Amino acid sequence: MSAHALIQNVSRRNFLKGAGSAAGLVVALQFMPAGKALAAVGYATGAGEMPHGTVNDPHVFITIDPSGAVTIVTHRSEMGTGIRTSLPMVIADEMEADWSRVKLVQAPADEPRYGNQDTDGSRSMRHFLQPMRQCGAAMRQMLEQAAAKQWNVPAGEVRALNHEVVHQASGRKLGYGDLATAARDIPVPPVEQLNLKKDADFRYMGKGNVQIFDLHDITTGKAQYGQDIARPGMKFAVIARPPVVGGRVKSFDPAETLKVPGVERIVEIPTQPDRTKYTPLGGIAVIATNTHAAIKGREALKIEWEDGPNASYDSKAYKAQMEEAGRNAAKIVRNEGDPEKAFAGAARKLSAEYYVPHLACAPMEPMVATAVVADGQCEVWAPLQYPYGAREDIAKMLGLPIEKVTVHVTLLGGGFGRKSQSDYAQEAVIVSKALGGTPVKVSWTREDDIRHSFYHTVCFNRLEAALDKDGKVTGWLHRTVAPSLMSTFMPDPKHEHSLELAMGVVDMPFAIPNVRCENGEAAAHTRIGWFRSVSNIPHAFAIQSFVAEIAHELGRDPKDYLLELIGPARKIDISKAGVVDAFWNYGDPYETYPIDTGRLSNVLNVAAEKIEWGRKLPKGHGLGIAVHRSFLTYVATAIEVAVDDQGNLTIPRVDTAIDCGFAVNPERIRSQMEGAAVMGMSSTMFSEITFEKGRAVQGNYDTFEVAHMDTSPLNVRTHIVPHGYDVPASGVGEPGVPPFAPALCNAIFAATGKRIRTLPIGRQDLRPA
Amino acid sequence: MAVTLTVNGKQHQVDVPPDTPLLWVIRDVIGLTGTKFGCGIAACGACTVHVGGQAVRSCITSVGDVGDPVTTIEGLDPDGNHPVQRAWRDANVPQCGFCQSGQIMQAAAFVASTRNPDDRQITEAMSGNICRCGCYQRIHAAVKAASTGA
Repeated sequence: MSAHALIQNVSRRNFLKGAGSAAGLVVALQFMPAGKALAAVGYATGAGEMPHGTVNDPHVFITIDPSGAVTIVTHRSEMGTGIRTSLPMVIADEMEADWSRVKLVQAPADEPRYGNQDTDGSRSMRHFLQPMRQCGAAMRQMLEQAAAKQWNVPAGEVRALNHEVVHQASGRKLGYGDLATAARDIPVPPVEQLNLKKDADFRYMGKGNVQIFDLHDITTGKAQYGQDIARPGMKFAVIARPPVVGGRVKSFDPAETLKVPGVERIVEIPTQPDRTKYTPLGGIAVIATNTHAAIKGREALKIEWEDGPNASYDSKAYKAQMEEAGRNAAKIVRNEGDPEKAFAGAARKLSAEYYVPHLACAPMEPMVATAVVADGQCEVWAPLQYPYGAREDIAKMLGLPIEKVTVHVTLLGGGFGRKSQSDYAQEAVIVSKALGGTPVKVSWTREDDIRHSFYHTVCFNRLEAALDKDGKVTGWLHRTVAPSLMSTFMPDPKHEHSLELAMGVVDMPFAIPNVRCENGEAAAHTRIGWFRSVSNIPHAFAIQSFVAEIAHELGRDPKDYLLELIGPARKIDISKAGVVDAFWNYGDPYETYPIDTGRLSNVLNVAAEKIEWGRKLPKGHGLGIAVHRSFLTYVATAIEVAVDDQGNLTIPRVDTAIDCGFAVNPERIRSQMEGAAVMGMSSTMFSEITFEKGRAVQGNYDTFEVAHMDTSPLNVRTHIVPHGYDVPASGVGEPGVPPFAPALCNAIFAATGKRIRTLPIGRQDLRPA
Repeated sequence: MAVTLTVNGKQHQVDVPPDTPLLWVIRDVIGLTGTKFGCGIAACGACTVHVGGQAVRSCITSVGDVGDPVTTIEGLDPDGNHPVQRAWRDANVPQCGFCQSGQIMQAAAFVASTRNPDDRQITEAMSGNICRCGCYQRIHAAVKAASTGA
């Protein structure tokens, strides 16, 4: 926490003066246990460290119409987690609004007004639960004061309840509509004077009784995604992009393209010499009267590409390089105790290596954006996870003040991290500008999406364990190698960043006295980006598989052995764990969200109990289990697989236990866990991006395979560890993914004796060994 | 090059080459955007519509080959209360929702043609539609509910 950040935080982020709302920076200094008098001040989070922090001003988020209709602004992006509904639901609950009378309005990209809008990192509920509660509580108290004033009674005698304020003594009532105008003029109470509702009084929070706001529109085709935007006079464009990152157009001939019916013209998009962040790749845009004509026109383009320095990127050769790096001493990123001595004196040593390939997010809605650049202004409509970041980048690119750029956020047809990177929005802006201000929608085909993604990193992990004569692990070596996603933002560091290493490497929670974590060098040869749960996927796969392998070698039950490794319930003192760089705790204060091995063991026990761990199974069946903390949430996944004589795999049952602190919207938490199991299934069984000659080999869902209904678990049961509001809410969107792959591979081992160390399983032979 | 087709009971004359996929005619020319583009090769089902009551992938169906009336998600039920749509809402199926028009159209054609399907039949019927959010468990339950009136 820097003093500068502290001052910034107080001065611009918190309308409610005083001890600052969700701004962790301020609250950290005045931390009060929940349930005490200053409950509204709450617990510390890292929200204040995010650009533009949080806002808790009821006037920004809530409008009450004299008819009683309540309109709530929802400022985070909806990509399927339900957050667009869940945060307004928090406001509605806290202000005692009747949800059936609430309408939602999606905020445009405007962080100074609404607070941070960067919808990734499973942060939305973590960072905005408190400010949204404060916002709702302030409005409730303003309504109560307005009523008390009108009745000329003390405010303490009135109470807001389900869209009206009641004077208990006289039985008088006033609806929210009747109080709307008067309440607007009541000063917003400072945060210290807010009374948050007691957990027992929650109407929607913790209940799961609110359906997503867009449910009817989605089921009737009315919901509007980025793909569905239409503007008067709009043209349709697709772009031919360099097949190799860093490549460019050498020469091209558009003659045949321009003969295609419906094609109007082409626009050349220069490839920028220094590619950083989300700069478009460049290429040739084909502009037409409909999307199909543009696609046909692009097929007719004759382009000679200059591939540039990444033309030799080859996944097979790269894997060998990574293995080489991972089998030799590398940069030390955590060192605790004396690992050399532990290995030198070990009664037994075990090691294993694991590999997870590049992946593409491949959301169902491919990238798309619509833009108009005219009269010194720019307006964009797009499915963006980080709309304000896009707005800033576009303003900078156009050389316009940010006020002249408007970015509207549509529904996102999936995101999974890909839509945090706004290259596609920038493309639409470039094309509209080149067309002299004609509105244009740039659509990506599925092939564009798969071949020009910001890919999940490829990752090799080597693990070694030193065991004493009793089979106790005395030394742990984890060497990880992966191109860093920081290469997208800065000159390639060639090493994993501390935030990647804290996703399952240096945060390893086992009670092992001697620990060494190392990180080998790996240069990036494509664009590395965000993929749901990021580096946790390969790291958790390696560790949770390895523990099961050790247990097997020792003839121990893998669940019992895992519990034993986790050790006694404790909050790990990470400052004494020997982590070399400052420990990254998903951007949140460690005091609020420590690594709590009690909670880790608990979810493991819950999942094991629910799947009836240890029960007698039919022939060919096996149980596997894994547990992982990510995004400050604890998830254990237990899987029952059935593998037949031909090696065909089915999953009769999955039991997932999640501890995400206070579960604000359990219904959406369940849907996220079910979805995480399917996404976990996809990347464990089928999905892989490989490169040859610098080009992604896969191009559509026929080659980049994902799970379908007939290859998915259809019996996923979610078990949410119950907590009150006093246990800080943590991430939900991502943490269901990492334990899935190791749980499945551990189950396959139990069923068949086949140990999977390379993903995806693909065509690997699963017939019983 | 005008092609005539009926979509949701309304006749349209569209000026496109007859090999233009029905999907892009529905979306870009007629302007009904409930039907989604997901892959362009009939691998994901997001573009599923009914032609003459049969579920087809509009992304690989040339508009010139379409003789029978077309129904899109917008025309499935005047009030959006087709049993499949109701079942979808009862089961809280969607996450992002993008694939759901295609899923619902696929399911609606299936329940119209198959009485009291068993679990395996439902899975077979729905396995050509991808949901990257992973709503399959609830889709399966919703199709079952819609097909049995449960």
